[in-house]
Amino acid sequence: MAKKNKGGMVRRNPVASALATLLFAVLGFLVIFPVLAGFLASFRPGVELLRRGLSINFDFSTMNLDNWKLLFTKNGSSQKYFMWFKNSMVLTLITVVLTLMICYFVAYGLSMYEYRLKNVLFFLVIATMMVPFEILMLPLYREMMTLNLMNTAAGVILPGLCGASTIFFFRQYMIGLPKELLDAARIDGATEYGICVKIMLPITKPAFASMAILCTMGAWNNMLWPMMVFRDAEKFTLPIGLNTLLTPYGNDYDLLIVGSMFGIIPIFVVFLCFQRYFIEGMTVGAVKG
Amino acid sequence: MKVKKFLYSQKVAPYVFVLPFIISFTIFWIYPLISTVTMSFQSILPGQVEFVRLENYTKLLKDKAFHIAIKNSFTYMVWTLILLIPFPMLFAVLVDSNLVKASGFWKAVLYLPSLTSVVISGILFRLMFTEYPTSQMNKLLAFFGNEPMAWLKNGTTGMFALLLLACWRWTGVNMLYFLSGLKGIDASLYESAEIDGANGWEKFRYITIPLLKPTTIYVLTISVYAGLAMFLESYMLWAGNSSPKNIGLTIVGYLYKRGIEKNQLGYASAVGLVLLVIALIINIVQLILNGTFKKEER
Repeated sequence: MAKKNKGGMVRRNPVASALATLLFAVLGFLVIFPVLAGFLASFRPGVELLRRGLSINFDFSTMNLDNWKLLFTKNGSSQKYFMWFKNSMVLTLITVVLTLMICYFVAYGLSMYEYRLKNVLFFLVIATMMVPFEILMLPLYREMMTLNLMNTAAGVILPGLCGASTIFFFRQYMIGLPKELLDAARIDGATEYGICVKIMLPITKPAFASMAILCTMGAWNNMLWPMMVFRDAEKFTLPIGLNTLLTPYGNDYDLLIVGSMFGIIPIFVVFLCFQRYFIEGMTVGAVKG
Repeated sequence: MKVKKFLYSQKVAPYVFVLPFIISFTIFWIYPLISTVTMSFQSILPGQVEFVRLENYTKLLKDKAFHIAIKNSFTYMVWTLILLIPFPMLFAVLVDSNLVKASGFWKAVLYLPSLTSVVISGILFRLMFTEYPTSQMNKLLAFFGNEPMAWLKNGTTGMFALLLLACWRWTGVNMLYFLSGLKGIDASLYESAEIDGANGWEKFRYITIPLLKPTTIYVLTISVYAGLAMFLESYMLWAGNSSPKNIGLTIVGYLYKRGIEKNQLGYASAVGLVLLVIALIINIVQLILNGTFKKEER
């Protein structure tokens, strides 16, 4: 089926079309530019960055593989880097699995039953969205000290497990599912929890995919809260670790630039594989208002 | 056995499902929210908590650095609204209009920056904005025949760097929000408008903009919050929480400085509450102006 023309533009005027495409080519170029500059710079000594700053430079004669070798041979720098990388991976994995499980159950409770407190609870979910995390971080920080969770992964993960937007997304998705399924399953003797896990969960798979990706991105790039909770360098995640390399003397700029570039790759691969779900998960709030 | 039957009943099950939220809500939301309010009336030193009434707030009124932080956060927020709503909306309309070739590809490209963490993008921008004549921004200036400048040592150019970083990261994301809003508009509306002789601008003005309103309100709301709560972007551009003459200081940056770096939790909580009140007021006013509450009454 041909795509319908809307958005109020003149129908396929070749000049307008060329201009619009050109505009996006320019925008695309501007977007790629800093990453490209960084990528090219990763083939030059880090000291250059400190002395000259970053600029796009296609002079291939000054480029070498030293930084990438530094990253992939066994030495202090690469060990440090891949320790952070591994920490980020583990933390992201645990965060995503737990968040999805818990938010799915909560959303299930908020969409599949009729009971008195339901709307109140849903209102509370929305209310948590109205307060920026940054306002709660100091009392949370103090709370973590009291609970002895400072410098632990649990301290980083626990406060974010019931992410309001994830619950919201699952709920929006499940509210549209037929409830007759539940009654049919109940007649067949399935328990409430059995229905939730064995019948509804498989149906909700697409929502899981969308949320898994968004959570992965959020957890992989998360910095502020982990930076407050983690004290020891062995526990740092990749963003915190990279940040520690940004010293005024620049002794670690080799690792900084190559590590930054390599750090984009995992999330980039995830994006390329699951582009469709990215957009779905992101835009539900905007459509439903 | 009885307990099991109770837990498995249809009446109790929903509460079991939402239990994690209730626990998390109590421990990680209500409790910190209340304690940030009480802390803002206290002076907190290790082992010594003292009730000081409004002292933190009266101090804030006279605190020059805090005023700078508020001004910076507001300037940043207002500019992100100006830059990150109309342009992404326009781009979305263009992508949706069938005029742009390979639009799927451009959508993906524009979305890319939001995948990078604020650390990586911040490092790249920091290095492009250094004061050496060889940095990207100064090369650009030289290309137009201007002298190099110390971008990150001057308030206006520093704000420019922050805004450029914001536009770089979020244009594609906001464009996708608007695109999903456009998908919900019935194409036949445009067809009938065409029959009535409406031109491109009129269609945009009288169909697209009003029908995109829910999306616009959503983007506006998250932009207000994100703008006012901005911190890490500035933290990365100035490689830490201190910038010359506080040109990069934001409200959250100040909260972090007082609370974490100087360990004045009471004073920092007062900063946080001011931020919360500002954010809530702006959003409520915005929602009233947009008539959101009226709709719900119907």
